[in-house]
Amino acid sequence: MEAIYIILAGSLVAVSCGLVGSYLILRKMAMVADAISHAVLPGIVIAFFISGSRDSLPMLLGAGALGIITTFLIEFFHKKGNLQTDASIGVTFTWLFALGVILISTFAGKVDLDQDCVLYGEIAYVPIDLWITDTGTIMGPRVLYISGSVLLVVIAFIFIGYKELFLTTFDPSYAAIIGINTTLWHYLLMGAVSLTTVASFESVGAILVVALLIAPPATAYLLTEDFKKMLIFTCIIGIIVSVLGYYLASYIDGSIAGAMSTVAGLIFLVVFLFSPTQGVVFRNRRSKLSMTLNEEPI
Amino acid sequence: MNIHAEDPIIEVHDLTVSYSQKPVLWGIDLSLPKGSLVGIVGPNGAGKSTLIKAIMDLVPLSSGYVKLFDTQLDNVREKISYVPQRESVDWDFPASVYDVVMMGRYGKLGLFKRPRQADREVVQESMRLVGMEAFKNRQISQLSGGQQQRVFLARALAQQAEVYFMDEPFAGVDAATEKAIVELLRRMSKEGKTVVVVHHDLQSVAKYFDWLILLNMRLVASGPTVDVFKEELLQEAYGGKLTILSEVGDLLTKGRFPSREKTV
Repeated sequence: MEAIYIILAGSLVAVSCGLVGSYLILRKMAMVADAISHAVLPGIVIAFFISGSRDSLPMLLGAGALGIITTFLIEFFHKKGNLQTDASIGVTFTWLFALGVILISTFAGKVDLDQDCVLYGEIAYVPIDLWITDTGTIMGPRVLYISGSVLLVVIAFIFIGYKELFLTTFDPSYAAIIGINTTLWHYLLMGAVSLTTVASFESVGAILVVALLIAPPATAYLLTEDFKKMLIFTCIIGIIVSVLGYYLASYIDGSIAGAMSTVAGLIFLVVFLFSPTQGVVFRNRRSKLSMTLNEEPI
Repeated sequence: MNIHAEDPIIEVHDLTVSYSQKPVLWGIDLSLPKGSLVGIVGPNGAGKSTLIKAIMDLVPLSSGYVKLFDTQLDNVREKISYVPQRESVDWDFPASVYDVVMMGRYGKLGLFKRPRQADREVVQESMRLVGMEAFKNRQISQLSGGQQQRVFLARALAQQAEVYFMDEPFAGVDAATEKAIVELLRRMSKEGKTVVVVHHDLQSVAKYFDWLILLNMRLVASGPTVDVFKEELLQEAYGGKLTILSEVGDLLTKGRFPSREKTV
């Protein structure tokens, strides 16, 4: 039962992360995911100070607010200060993260938060962190409810805004011409990234969230040239990652989150080398094929 | 020289655009007639693309205003279409030709709605008009430059708009594609659609367009091609680039630019 809970939690997190991550890599904003996943830290600490509890809702709100602020600051430095996007990302998230670290360490005695937990998370605690109602009924692991709800929100968001997200990602200026509010969709997507990141925080930690946001969609991108298939492949890869990651961790008796990220990286490497369309190994053969394709009269 | 159109479909008044305090367009004032095929010509950095982007509200205006169909852009968005520069998007994006052309219908669909049979028919017809039917399911990463341009055109056609803005649709396309595109644009203008094209090649200007905007940060001239395509005006627009101008001058004197009616 423990294994199933952990794998299920991992899969839910990996699928939500992968879905929003697909849009990020196509928007060439993969590093924004990195930035958000770190910069939400002060939001979590401040939410903890204000609410005085480690309930999920205040944490989600605090972290979500910081996530939006982060993306806003990145855009602001980039547009108003003419700073390159990568420099803008680098400046923004490091100081926000540092601020969070200072807040935790200064109030370490009074705060039931520690840096290790925030950075690395601990998915192994999922089965013992139960949701118990006031009447004493045990509802099962709390993380499953949180990451399950986040996944539902993410799926609903993509389902409702599929066309708008697709078009604003591919060609934002054309989207603006036909009356789609590109800024609105940008911040909605960033809101979804923040939400997903925060919800995944407790289970896999800040650093490893990035792996789940980027590695599965990057792998799927190499496997297909159809966007819908890319989303589906991303989900499948996310689930494979959490299953294999769990068994790798129990085999080597190590960190589960670490094992999952390692598996994600290994799957990417295998696909990078052997993908039928993009793989390095088949590339020579493919370029010969495309040469003959180009010769056909058009 | 600035000839104003009677009953204009596009009006630009005293338009100034600047990028970080540096003006790129100064006091542009012009109007364009309905159903015309308009070329915007000028040297590099003259603000040709900026002008159409300013008309479509893609860049902020420092001063002035634009009227389309005698009203503001927001009231007539569904009548406006845009063919951006080919390089403005990432062609490695995981999408098929059909997916991209279908984007032309998104403005009419709105949230939640999936494309219906009618939309699919319009998309099919648009692909046929640019000769890309056979490539319907081809991934856009596998297209040649000319095919990419035709996909963008088909997407604009699928919008079934009244006014089309095109940013260098002939850049990097082969002669056959250019010819096919020009024929398509002429047919559109005959059907009463207004087409505004940013154009680079002076050699073909007189052949392609019936209205011309000469631009070099300021408006040099706007009016019917026969009135505007004159050596002194070109001289003014292109400044000291005499080599091009003497060539054009030669061409003008040799009368190798027949009026459009004769070529059609």
